Amino acid sequence: MIRITIDGIPLELEKPINLLEAAKLVGINIPNLCYSPELTPYGGCRLCLVEIEGRRMPVASCSRLAEDGMVVRTNTPQIREIRRELLNLLISNHPMDCLTCEKVGTCDLQRLCYEYGVTTPSYPYDPPDIPLDDQNPIMVRDQSKCIKCGKCVRVCREIQVSNVLEHVGRGFSSTVTTAGDRPISRDFCRMCGQCVAICPTGALTNKEFAGYRPWELKKVRTTCPFCGTGCTFDLNVDVKNNRVVGVTACEDAPINGTQLCVKGRFHTDFISSEERLTTPLIKKDGEFVPASWNEAINLIATRFGEIKAKHGANAFSGLSSARCTNEDNYTFQKFMRAVIGTNNVDHCART
Amino acid sequence: MTNSVNEVLDAELLFVIGSNTTEAHPIIGNKMKQAVRNGTKLIVVDPRTTELATMADLHLPLRSGSDAALINGLMHIILREGWEDREYIETRTEGFEAVEELVKKYTPEVVSAITDLPEEDLFEAAKLYASHRKAGIFYTLGITEHTSGTSNVMNLANLALITGHVGIESAGINPLRGQNNVQGACDMGALPDVYPGYQKVTDPASIARFSEAWGVPVSDKLGLRIPEMLDAAVAGDMKVMYVMGEDPVLTDPDANHVKKAFESMEFVVVQEIFMSETAKLADVVLPAACYAEKEGTFTASERRVQRVRKAVNPPGQAKQDWEIIVAIAEKMGAEGFDFLNSEEVFEEMRSLTPQYAGMTYDRLENERGLQWPCPTLTHPGTKYLHKGVFPRGKATMVPVEYKGPAEHVCDEYPILLITGRKLGHYNVTTRYSALLDSINPFEEAEINPREAEALELVEHDTIRVTSRRGSIVTRVQITDRVKPGSMFMTFHYRESPVNELTQSAFDPITLTGEYKVSAVKIEKVEWKDEQYEDEIHRFKRLELLTH
Ligand code: SF4
Ligand code: SF4
Repeated sequence: MIRITIDGIPLELEKPINLLEAAKLVGINIPNLCYSPELTPYGGCRLCLVEIEGRRMPVASCSRLAEDGMVVRTNTPQIREIRRELLNLLISNHPMDCLTCEKVGTCDLQRLCYEYGVTTPSYPYDPPDIPLDDQNPIMVRDQSKCIKCGKCVRVCREIQVSNVLEHVGRGFSSTVTTAGDRPISRDFCRMCGQCVAICPTGALTNKEFAGYRPWELKKVRTTCPFCGTGCTFDLNVDVKNNRVVGVTACEDAPINGTQLCVKGRFHTDFISSEERLTTPLIKKDGEFVPASWNEAINLIATRFGEIKAKHGANAFSGLSSARCTNEDNYTFQKFMRAVIGTNNVDHCART
Repeated sequence: MTNSVNEVLDAELLFVIGSNTTEAHPIIGNKMKQAVRNGTKLIVVDPRTTELATMADLHLPLRSGSDAALINGLMHIILREGWEDREYIETRTEGFEAVEELVKKYTPEVVSAITDLPEEDLFEAAKLYASHRKAGIFYTLGITEHTSGTSNVMNLANLALITGHVGIESAGINPLRGQNNVQGACDMGALPDVYPGYQKVTDPASIARFSEAWGVPVSDKLGLRIPEMLDAAVAGDMKVMYVMGEDPVLTDPDANHVKKAFESMEFVVVQEIFMSETAKLADVVLPAACYAEKEGTFTASERRVQRVRKAVNPPGQAKQDWEIIVAIAEKMGAEGFDFLNSEEVFEEMRSLTPQYAGMTYDRLENERGLQWPCPTLTHPGTKYLHKGVFPRGKATMVPVEYKGPAEHVCDEYPILLITGRKLGHYNVTTRYSALLDSINPFEEAEINPREAEALELVEHDTIRVTSRRGSIVTRVQITDRVKPGSMFMTFHYRESPVNELTQSAFDPITLTGEYKVSAVKIEKVEWKDEQYEDEIHRFKRLELLTH
């Protein structure tokens, strides 16, 4: 048993976990920009510094395991001052175009600057000359907004296991980019968008959300319709226009957590496709003619009745669907069995 | 799946056979890769060099269709070396002797000759699998879509049982379901031989149960399976087909035969979200809501039932599928279809389906889905199956003989065509996403550099692929992912409808199409945009690229 105290709150731990996670257990969120519970701690942003009694220098709580007897302080005036200075350095090297940035409202840098009252950079900004990478369907990469937290590098390496992104160079001039600094392309990237989802700033943004502010969108939790893995996620809905804009992952998804593949994350434009069927169609002389529901249902009920009377129930067959819901499938087989009177019901992919 | 997806992370060994998991089930694939990164051993059995195969401790590129021989060979080695779990075999299984007898003749020499795999690799695979306790088998289309598909699945069960790998965490036999709700469609009794919950349609007890619940007499006659329905249609005996949300003309093997069946029927109703190839052949097409416009549930491969929620209104007059069925049923004067919402459908279903009996929409909401069996309202659901005991007491093993594929390559059709899925697409629906389609806008049939050289082909050239059943055109990608003498295509593209080439030789038990192995010939042709590409999609892609 490990006993520690965080900001005066005593805590017992079964096994040694890092101080940042330990603090969460007593309801304290230590600020950070480069930590994610799913990834190897990196200790790059230094914002999660805490003081440990008996130690001269503050330590990064994400990379320090709890030890028995530790007394930890996460929010002293000195620590807050260091954080303010670190944030100041970050925004001094950042284009301050928050008014039009796509990340506004979900940007962690913005949120922390707000929390710590960091309003104006104290150092002059020298904008780097790196072109936007937007010649792919899913993301815009704006390296001028990259804070080198390396989350995208780690998510691609550790979660997607694809190693597309890497840290290049050192110090102030270092960058995070693809091998060979090539623009993102399907030739080497799985287009899963996990890097985009985890990026804390406007450096990586999801193209589907361009032009929408997050607070205008309603989230609806649902299950992916594309494979038997069963990932769950939130559809982000522009309610006014009855349109699903895109997908965001949700941490508490039981199977996939925050992970999604290209299909799960980037499929939603098919929902509002112009080619969706919108009205019943009846074929007359080889051509489909739009019809009302009444007309269509009447015709089906009549024809089903006639053919059943003439040829019997076993002249009917029904193909149910592995794409439809359980409720649809239940109702379908009940219809074939109870109304038509046949067990001729099956579905396509028997896999 | 006997086990759950996240158990992959704690497995000591993953035995992946006939599953291109990182393409077909990307998130399960990711978890496999994460596990391997953390030291889990990996065996991949696949004729192609898939992404997982490149990470494997052992890749067995077997001759396509020789799975049964391979599995028998592994059991032969395991028994010869004494690596089986005797106690497990004795206490939990029956039928072992017959399997033991059969595999005697599958010596490494014999199996090596059939599968084209070196004997050392067979030995190594048997040893790895038998010597790890948390060793899970994973398979998907690849292994079921052969004429010997079901027997392959039974044989994998034999392998898992003789080594005691069923009923423990991070092991088991795990079919990865292709479509999102195949598991649910089967659970709901969308099958010709069972009611919801796998209650047999020929069993007097289930007949009594359902006729009483539904208030009508029900048939005790086994129904027809899809290929039999289609044959009956061609023979003139099947008059009506009612299709909900499937596109057999594009996705079922031997597409020309399927088309003929549809044209032979008197009356065809198709309920769809897009004008599919099958819908085009219908007499009436009904507009359905898509998943984002529905309330309901899907059941994932790991038997987890999860909610589907309505995010937007359906376009135009489209309706939820069950609502359309209800409208037809009521017009025909049927009773028992007065459901007010999808929850009422679920409630009736669970009252008749023992595995789902303990699930409610509230529980699914609060407990983030539930895994069946979940027989009572206080049951927590079941993470992995067969702990301690099998439903019927002992698991029965059935020996499986290797029969060889139904179609062989010959001088006229010298190339073996394998079909499957591509990461960016899911059957056909994703083609209607301009975004996803722009990532993979057209078929890129994989051919080996040897064939490319012989035909003087370069990347994205066009070939005509011809089998005994049909002929289609596709662009190519040149890669040694496929072995010389074989090629790979997907079934996502209606411009390159690969199922016009595949055969309809069926597995005698499940009648799953033998998509996997077809003999074809290829020749180079000139690419003509207007001739081969789907106009609508091309138009959309151009728009996407220019805005
Ligand atoms: S989209 Fe996925 S594969 Fe591509 S760089 Fe990002 S995390 Fe890596
Ligand atoms: S997000 Fe990808 S892996 Fe997950 S269910 Fe959807 S298609 Fe399958």
